[in-house]
Amino acid sequence: MNAPVAAFLPGGRRLHLQHGPIDLIIETWGEAFQRDRAHRAAIARFDSVLDELVGELELLRRPPSPAGPRLEGAVARRMLAAVRPFAAEGAFVTPMAAVAGAVAEEVLDHMLTAADLDKAYVNDGGDIALHLGQGERFDVAMIALGAVPADDGRVTIEAADRVRGIATSGRHGRSLSMGIADSVTVLAESAAMADAAATLLANAVDLPGHPAVERRPAVAVRSDSDLGERLVVTGLGELTTDDIDRALERGLRAAEDMRAAGRIAAAALFLRGRSMVAEAVGDSATCRLPGALQMEGAQAMRA
Amino acid sequence: MSEAATHKPEKIRCDACPVMCYIADGQAGACDRYANHAGELIRIDPLLVLERARGDAHVVPFFSGKEASWQGDIISPGDTFVTAVGAGTTYPDYKPAPFIVSQEIDGVDMVTVVTEGIFSYCGVKVKVDTDRHLGPECAAVRAEGEQVGHVTTAEYGSQMLSLGGVRHLTGGSKKEGRVTCDMLMNLCNGEPVELSIDGGSSIVVAANQAPVINGAMEERMRVGCGSATIGMFARQWYGLVDEVVVVDDHITGVLSEHQAGKVLGIEETGIRIKGRRSTPGRYFRVAEPGSGWGGTDISDPLTILRAFDPKVAKPGLRLLMVSTTGEQYGYYVLDEELKPVEHELPAALRPSVERIAENCEPALSTVLFMAGAGGSLRAGATENPVKLTRSVRDMLTYVSCGGAPAYVWPGGGITFMADVSQMPKRSFGYVPTPAIVAPIEFTMRREDYAALGGHMGAIIDVSEALNKAGRRESGHGQTDWPTARRHFRWGQDGGEAP
Repeated sequence: MNAPVAAFLPGGRRLHLQHGPIDLIIETWGEAFQRDRAHRAAIARFDSVLDELVGELELLRRPPSPAGPRLEGAVARRMLAAVRPFAAEGAFVTPMAAVAGAVAEEVLDHMLTAADLDKAYVNDGGDIALHLGQGERFDVAMIALGAVPADDGRVTIEAADRVRGIATSGRHGRSLSMGIADSVTVLAESAAMADAAATLLANAVDLPGHPAVERRPAVAVRSDSDLGERLVVTGLGELTTDDIDRALERGLRAAEDMRAAGRIAAAALFLRGRSMVAEAVGDSATCRLPGALQMEGAQAMRA
Repeated sequence: MSEAATHKPEKIRCDACPVMCYIADGQAGACDRYANHAGELIRIDPLLVLERARGDAHVVPFFSGKEASWQGDIISPGDTFVTAVGAGTTYPDYKPAPFIVSQEIDGVDMVTVVTEGIFSYCGVKVKVDTDRHLGPECAAVRAEGEQVGHVTTAEYGSQMLSLGGVRHLTGGSKKEGRVTCDMLMNLCNGEPVELSIDGGSSIVVAANQAPVINGAMEERMRVGCGSATIGMFARQWYGLVDEVVVVDDHITGVLSEHQAGKVLGIEETGIRIKGRRSTPGRYFRVAEPGSGWGGTDISDPLTILRAFDPKVAKPGLRLLMVSTTGEQYGYYVLDEELKPVEHELPAALRPSVERIAENCEPALSTVLFMAGAGGSLRAGATENPVKLTRSVRDMLTYVSCGGAPAYVWPGGGITFMADVSQMPKRSFGYVPTPAIVAPIEFTMRREDYAALGGHMGAIIDVSEALNKAGRRESGHGQTDWPTARRHFRWGQDGGEAP
């Protein structure tokens, strides 16, 4: 059994924590001793995160039910809180839809309790929890994962914005998707909420019944998937521009509903080189499309 | 969990982390790092180690059982080479390469610097074994409608394509870059790629597989046209047969009329060929193109002959007809009415026919990856990048690409070519720039590494690297082992490492 691992990435600024399927990249800004404290707090908290989740995994893989047993873990409760409103509206969603964002949030919270930082982020595989002190801002590039990823826009978040969570979901990530979006990036008040919303919006970008969409039961792809026999997208053929826009519009309508309900601040949806954005006029937290910012320290991605 | 998830016996339980995934055959765990490969738990992402082929070992499992984590001393060190596949890169940081590995080979302390290079100056040269016209020289080669390269100077029996390169990767539109990157990745990873050539053909090429040209698979490379075949084999036929016709869609050759026959003193036979005579013994268009004899549409070779000239031909005259690939042949003797009658091929003629066939190699598309190692990449090996270049020039440092030999082009820099089919599967990746990620290794003696300003403090022992390695493969298809002495100036008179 491999234990959790902590290491600084080349360059010495970014802390990498890994345990099983969880990879966190953490970067902090502030006085050196504060940063050091924050890093120690992150490592200490991270140590038991996966064990806590595994202890309640059965329950976390089921849709939330008011009658079911209570969840104990702090991360698990964050997950549940994020998905509950969507489940209450009838969407099929399990707390696992928010796991990455919830872990990022939990670790960041412990860092901020232990230390005063100007700025920090915890990036859990693309789902990011943010801390922005007065006057700080956070720039991030969005990568639309198609056949070949391309940088497809940028997001700027300022301290005055309410946004503290960014999440991306889609067909090319590690999780299975019921929709065809290459990726959906969501800005929300919390990383867990952004994560859950991105998952659902990526599902919403879809063309039901379209012959180019290839689907298989989730368990046929990953036998322990929390999606069970539900169909997930396993392949996508040629689409016309009309098809692409129709699929994106379905997602966009869902995103506008989430925004109107106050659950998310903005969403950018990508499919086959086209994109649509849901955001409020006048917000300074914006998704700019298309942009030309290179993702920092571009990670090599394998096909 | 669903019912289906609990009853399939071939599932294995991964104990790499507390999630303890049950992983079905062919699937990966929640982490995408461990997978079930035919009942064995294997790691799928990381550093790849090549094992020199002994028998037919394939992927060696990372763990074979619950307790038995893999032991570093199972294989002898000289048989192991740590490749850069999956090693990652420290680019653009001015930092030592991800792995600098030392191991003793046959009494010599060797160091291998292992890194994955990010190459925007890179591409592939594709050699397509065919005489068919793929397109005019300089014509654009397209994938998904985007230009990704061009037709370059043809070689004997092969058409050449130059694909990728910095101008298509980063100099054109975003889509052009994406499509080019995708095409390069697929070709380098051995996948088939469909290309269309402006003013020419549409082709499907994949490394080390037969090309498909306008929907038809090219199977054999002929040794030469019919006329050339006469020239090559005339001496072997002399005295055994009176006349030979080599049937070819391009130029059909006739021994008795051909210069090669004249030189040998072969007499006229009175044979008359349909088609247009070009020069003596050479005929164009004896039939229509097709999939019959020698690329023509005929199945009976006698259909290209007119009646023999009665003033010259004699009963008993021996005639061999053969296609340019040697796949079809017929042996005939003229009867009293000067009509060819088929007989069994005499044993003495058989070797010449077999030799034609033997000289027709299978037609393939072959792919050489070509790239240049820039200063930043070289800085991963040494604090003074130019010293690495000089060390390569001086034959003190050997360059390999995923363990496969790299030909380093003369002149400045480290511009190299490597046969992708000799590299491990899935050796190539990409970054969104777009640019190709390819493995590259620099191997040298420890003292030579110190002399070029190597990152001596970052050297780790091979056993430590092996513990980090997840994928181990036998070096199948390897023509050359990277640590062989003959690659080095100091080893060239000392024979080879075992």
